[in-house]
Amino acid sequence: MDTKNIMIVGVGGQGSLLASKLLGRLLLTKGYDIKVSEVHGMSQRGGSVVTYVRFGDKVYSPVIDKGEADYIVSFELLEAARWTEYLRPEGKLVTNIQQINPMPVITGAAEYPAELAEKLKAAGVQVDAFDALTLAEQAGSAKAVNIVLMGHLSRNFDFTLEEWMDAIEKSVPPKFLELNKKAFMLGREA
Amino acid sequence: MKTLMLGNEAVARGLYEAGCAFVSSYPGTPSTEITEAIAKYKEVYAEWAPNEKVAMEAAFGACMAGKRSFCGMKHVGLNVAADPLFTISYTGVNAGMVIGVADDAGMHSSQNEQDSRHYARASKIPMLEPADSAEAIAFAKLAYELSEQFDTPVLLKMCTRVSHSQSVVEPGERIEAVKPYEKNPQKYIMMPGNAKKRHPVVEARTRALTEWAETACINRVEEGSDHSRGIITSSTSYQYVKEVCGDKYPVMKLGMIWPLPEKKIRDFAASVDELIVVEELDSFIEAHCRDLELPVKGKELFPNIDEFSQNLVAQKLGLEAPCAGCRVADAIPPRPPVMCAGCPHRGLFYTLAKNKITVLGDIGCYTLGAVAPLAAVDSVICMGASISGAHGFTKALEGAADGKTVAVIGDSTFMHSGITGLVNVAYNESNATIIIVDNSITGMTGHQQNPTTGFNLKGDPCTKIDLETLCRAVGIRRVRVVDPYDLKQTEDAIKEELAAPEASVIISRRPCALLKYVKHSKPVQVDADKCRSCRMCMKIGCPAISMKEGSDGKMKAVIDNTLCTGCGVCTQLCHFDALTAAKEAE
Repeated sequence: MDTKNIMIVGVGGQGSLLASKLLGRLLLTKGYDIKVSEVHGMSQRGGSVVTYVRFGDKVYSPVIDKGEADYIVSFELLEAARWTEYLRPEGKLVTNIQQINPMPVITGAAEYPAELAEKLKAAGVQVDAFDALTLAEQAGSAKAVNIVLMGHLSRNFDFTLEEWMDAIEKSVPPKFLELNKKAFMLGREA
Repeated sequence: MKTLMLGNEAVARGLYEAGCAFVSSYPGTPSTEITEAIAKYKEVYAEWAPNEKVAMEAAFGACMAGKRSFCGMKHVGLNVAADPLFTISYTGVNAGMVIGVADDAGMHSSQNEQDSRHYARASKIPMLEPADSAEAIAFAKLAYELSEQFDTPVLLKMCTRVSHSQSVVEPGERIEAVKPYEKNPQKYIMMPGNAKKRHPVVEARTRALTEWAETACINRVEEGSDHSRGIITSSTSYQYVKEVCGDKYPVMKLGMIWPLPEKKIRDFAASVDELIVVEELDSFIEAHCRDLELPVKGKELFPNIDEFSQNLVAQKLGLEAPCAGCRVADAIPPRPPVMCAGCPHRGLFYTLAKNKITVLGDIGCYTLGAVAPLAAVDSVICMGASISGAHGFTKALEGAADGKTVAVIGDSTFMHSGITGLVNVAYNESNATIIIVDNSITGMTGHQQNPTTGFNLKGDPCTKIDLETLCRAVGIRRVRVVDPYDLKQTEDAIKEELAAPEASVIISRRPCALLKYVKHSKPVQVDADKCRSCRMCMKIGCPAISMKEGSDGKMKAVIDNTLCTGCGVCTQLCHFDALTAAKEAE
């Protein structure tokens, strides 16, 4: 199998590390070679963060380059727009429509581009945009956005629901399991 | 059983399996998780040292005592530890000793992009360089074998992409390896008479290690179908080369980066038409090939700046790379890291900027005081440079800088290398004002304990170094504590200490808002009717505050309740009582 590439992008502190952990757990049980590359340290302080998940028969590079991503999963709209050059021509953007202003926008030094989801579609990006934050809140916590997004991403893969749920069980603390399972299903059905 | 493991966790696993019993490190991205992971194994004693030099000396003491030991640090930390490094190369070891160093090509979280491989050659200590997590385990174990076989410390060189990538590993079992200590002055006392006899031993060791490198299986050749080119590479560059070339060209994959083999490289060069070296940062393998007088291409094709990627390697080798995908025409504003909402550093830097004070900064979260809109910092060099720099700055201007210059340094950084700077301030009597921002944790690297927190790496209560007593003990008479959430108290203290005719220390004390035990107040309330759109509250660069159009069409301050910790700093800036802090934490 050719290597598949998934990028998870967002704002430091939004929970992208749990999303990549979940994917890693799932892919490991399927017997793939896997590489997951994360950002730690300074960039985590509210900065733009990206996680690369690659799987296939044999994976060499730990990162994904421009024009290579099969999927970009984005926690935030501006971050989605920042990374779309990394998509393959047939690649797909799965994005939360939440907007979080970066400091240059807060201080007035820059503007948050209007109607980004529409502009991305017009630019030729295959966009699947939805309100993951509201679904996460429905599930019981705004912090479950990461699992809502994974639920929505799961519709693009052949892995069974049981396989996903098993990976969730192995990735989250027991007291948040039901919340996360609910969040996953809300995302999967959205 | 196969599992996914972060490169740094894999190093820790390798150390554990090799019977490592003593670890002393100082945190630094991208090396920190090695030590955090090894601390979870109960068989291993692990600690945070106040700095890398202390860590390396402690690890050396442990290996001399007969326990396999490790110290871990980032590339710039190796500069701090360079003094013991060059001399423990002479003494060699008793039980094995491994030094982990993690470079940061691309400077994701660093102040420079130095190439630590030069330290291996300069100190004459062998260096292994894993390319993924499985190799991280294997090379950590091999490092101990080499260390004891060749009587040398061994450098284990990581980089951001190997340290912070997870890949598939198969963990093994732990062995125990303990040696008795025997007094040996000729080996361990490095005064000139003994050191002169050890230097030839080191040179002979390097020749023996070079011989070992000729046949070592970690320096392997992977055959290719097209011998018009042959590529020598290592670490993450190897991964990019294989990603784009597959089995097309023969590849020499080096696992030991110093000393490098000679015959093996000559033979490889002879088997291909064109020899190419692919390595991040400086010419190191390439320089070795040139020393062997081999025609080679390296830095004429590849940059010595920033990290590589598969597309870059493809492009530089003239191979096909994918085209970039679509993007919107709008400019995408950058999203730099920022001080968190509720960060105790914010009020301090606002006060310094407001009073137009020259700030010699330091390394930590508070480096972000340099970023707009606070923009309160004048320099950041390395750990501890704030205090020593402020001393020199103040002295150089012979009084003209008095009342206008401060050093700002964190609690952990002060313990790391601020104390000696403060001794210099006291001893040579400058009027420098030193502000220690004490947030009760090592923040930037992700909350590590340090000598001022009262807890050790394993999370157990321990001796807490008292900053006030320490500063007084080195000879600073004026030492006071302020709460940076109280802007007036902070400003008054800064003005008074700057005006004082002697050196002083202000400890700006508030725990990091992200610490679990810190209770947050209710979010700040905005009275939109009172907000006059003056944007005063925007001057502190708080990510929880923004301006949105109100019902009267005017821009009004808005608080993001999910981010706001109710610290109340913004409420002290509002002249119109539009912002109100909730009372105390519930």
